[in-house]
Amino acid sequence: MDLRFRGAEPSEEERAAVDALLGPPASAWDGGGRSEADLRVAVRAESQRDMLLPALHAVNDRVGWISEGALDYICRRLTVPPAEAYGVATFYSLFSMEPRPKRVLHVCTDLACQAKGGEDVRRQVEERLGPPGTSWHESPCLGLCERAPAALALEAGTPPKAQVYAPANASLTLGSPTPNGTTPSLDVAGDAPVAAAVPQAGQDGLTLLRRVGTTDPASLDDYRAAGGYTALRRAFELGPAGVIREVLESGLVGRGGAAFPTGRKWDATARQPDHPHYLVCNADESEPGTFKDRVIMEGDPYALVEAMTIAAYATGCAKGYLYIRGEYPRATARLQHAIATARARGLLGDDILGKGLSFDIELRRGAGAYICGEETAIFNSIEGQRGEPRSKPPFPVEKGLFGKPTVVNNVETLVNVLPILERGARAYAAAEPKLFCVSGAVERPGVYELTFGATLRELLDLTGTTGTTRAVLLGGAAGAFVTDLDIPLTFEGTRNAGATLGSGVVLVIDDTVDMKRLLLRIAEFFRDESCGQCVPCRVGTVRQEEALHRLSRRVSDDDLVLLREVGQTMRDASICGLGQTAWNAVESAIDRLGVFR
Amino acid sequence: MIPLQPPRRLIDVQIDGEDVRVPEGSTILDACHAAGKDIPTLCYGDTLTPKNACRVCVVEVEGARTLAPACSRKAEAGMKVGTDTERARQSRKVVLELLGSSVDLSTTPRAAEWTEEYGADPARFGDDAATVEQPAKVDNDLYVRDYSKCILCYKCVDACGDQWQNTFAIAVAGRGFDATISTEFEAPLTDSACVYCGNCVEVCPTGALSFKTEFDMRAEGTWDESRQSETTTVCSYCGVGCNLTLHVQDNKIVKVSSPHDNPVTKGNLCVKGRFGYGYV
Repeated sequence: MDLRFRGAEPSEEERAAVDALLGPPASAWDGGGRSEADLRVAVRAESQRDMLLPALHAVNDRVGWISEGALDYICRRLTVPPAEAYGVATFYSLFSMEPRPKRVLHVCTDLACQAKGGEDVRRQVEERLGPPGTSWHESPCLGLCERAPAALALEAGTPPKAQVYAPANASLTLGSPTPNGTTPSLDVAGDAPVAAAVPQAGQDGLTLLRRVGTTDPASLDDYRAAGGYTALRRAFELGPAGVIREVLESGLVGRGGAAFPTGRKWDATARQPDHPHYLVCNADESEPGTFKDRVIMEGDPYALVEAMTIAAYATGCAKGYLYIRGEYPRATARLQHAIATARARGLLGDDILGKGLSFDIELRRGAGAYICGEETAIFNSIEGQRGEPRSKPPFPVEKGLFGKPTVVNNVETLVNVLPILERGARAYAAAEPKLFCVSGAVERPGVYELTFGATLRELLDLTGTTGTTRAVLLGGAAGAFVTDLDIPLTFEGTRNAGATLGSGVVLVIDDTVDMKRLLLRIAEFFRDESCGQCVPCRVGTVRQEEALHRLSRRVSDDDLVLLREVGQTMRDASICGLGQTAWNAVESAIDRLGVFR
Repeated sequence: MIPLQPPRRLIDVQIDGEDVRVPEGSTILDACHAAGKDIPTLCYGDTLTPKNACRVCVVEVEGARTLAPACSRKAEAGMKVGTDTERARQSRKVVLELLGSSVDLSTTPRAAEWTEEYGADPARFGDDAATVEQPAKVDNDLYVRDYSKCILCYKCVDACGDQWQNTFAIAVAGRGFDATISTEFEAPLTDSACVYCGNCVEVCPTGALSFKTEFDMRAEGTWDESRQSETTTVCSYCGVGCNLTLHVQDNKIVKVSSPHDNPVTKGNLCVKGRFGYGYV
């Protein structure tokens, strides 16, 4: 490849940020100073493109934005053409290619926050800081819905800092967040204890949430004392094929939204003759209204590490990537700590527990792109490409990350494997747990664990509702509004009701919420988050938003027809699930709630 | 001597109820062509790996939840494909409307014909519908980038990048509706890695990339394809022997293309063959 640079030089700080990640450059061939010796050897340029996203993070984290000099230097170090790297950097919303202050406030304006007065917070911030764009941004769902309205401040530096404001209110301080410290702390300033997000914390009979709030998430010993790593030992007894058999028998299906049988995915990957196999844990939880994976990762991080180890053992993966969304600083810190201690104690790396299993986990941070939660977009993102979905077939089990057979599982799905092995498939299936993220007009918002079969009404009895419930948004922005509270919360039950469990979102809307505004926010969300690859989604989401703007001013049959036609085409002809579901919630609001009648 | 290819199995597929036999590995589009069907395509390039981004070639595959892009979905034995079903036609219509309302398709071959065939009405999104309208980028003497006409098919990026030229001067930047084809930091082409092979111009399906000569003549109103003749000859610069097709209007060369079925160049040229015709 021709690599041509425009001669922009990085600052010392930018260079140091990249070198801290990649080590010092070896020679002039990869961005170092030119010496006599360099002129006498030709070094083959090996692209390290998969380090592009971490390198961009390194600069953005330390300096706050990415200059042309910094991008040039990253490209020299990794042998990536600058135009391509620019295309990648501009894809992610957490990166800035223009100078901006080190401290940037992200104010959530998404569904759960909007239902809880997020608009007031947004207005206050605007009054104090001016129009959005530099020192503050309007943000898609921050995953703090149980404490809505929420805001998150990210501050560049060494180390970078984060501060959570949830619930954010008038007293939201906009100054420097934390006392200066040189060691990264495990917790994020201002964040409430994880147990606050789990109203059931400490109750008997919990499966997936049993350790959240009761076991120290930073202590491997506490985790083991609370039953940790018995599932992995059981897995070693069963052997890889035995583990897959148990998972198949348990009937576990994916909890990320698509509900594909996990055992079949594992089995198909394990059988692939092509090697290596990869494991990807999809922790890019960005569906508006969803925060269950965050709560698990913050409250029980070793469970995820153990579950990934079991998945890798069963499917023959030596390497796993944990792709976590960039807006989750505390979960990232907790997992970094968990992975490091597990590695130090021989629970990751070579010869795990003396059983000859080699497996390690690399943590990858996303940078603000909902689409990267799509199972193939995640591969492109890890590989250092734009996070655009790939067309299927071929499916990931055949050609996934780096073109190799890959298992992709959501956090909640993986964590379910622990009770399957601890209790046996049959006992697990008899009381299969499911997490729900309840927010909006409820008394006790948070993550709830129920066994399959409970109805929406039973769940809302637990959480309590405030005001007069008008509708419930099931499954998030990609889901649908329902009014029938007797829907059984199972994959089949919700499907029969023309809805979906999706990622477990239960957003309760009372009659104070302006539905037209809420629909506009949904349309705006999909327009913002469309990757832009295919026409139905790239243009369709814009046309949907335009039509909703017109409709919220004046109802017209033409616009309703137009919405339906564009919506159906997005559903039929888009490459991936984002475009295919971008019309679901709007359609259900029109048909079931009669919003534009 | 033509090297023997390994034998390929033939598979049977049904296109609109008609049985067609195609070699294994063929796409649905190949099968449609074998059955004599005319499927509209925009982002499909005969010399590139299909990107299936435009979605005008979608067809209905029996049993599938969504429509399939004919250009890239492989035909499978026993597959039943409907190319002209209500659902496929409706999707194509709306996709043409979405494109027509956001992009200037005036120089896209067959766009007008398909718009009429599918009854598409791009104007129904209103006068305020967002478009990608922007001034043309004229920063060199060889070719012009008019991104008002860009449907973001990725063909130029693929041709510049790993599929042909390996120059990587341009890539897709930004996201969603704001995504554009761009050099790094939107630098002028003359500052970029571009080597002016013009292979991006060759594959552009809409005229968003065009020879400067063509761009200028269109602006003057003198571009007239009906008065042009095409002559295929051999490039005289080096010994490779690339085929050139000279497009001549009024006894002057107005642009140079290259036959896509040439087994060596597959439509690609270098800067000399593509633009170095001043000496003729």
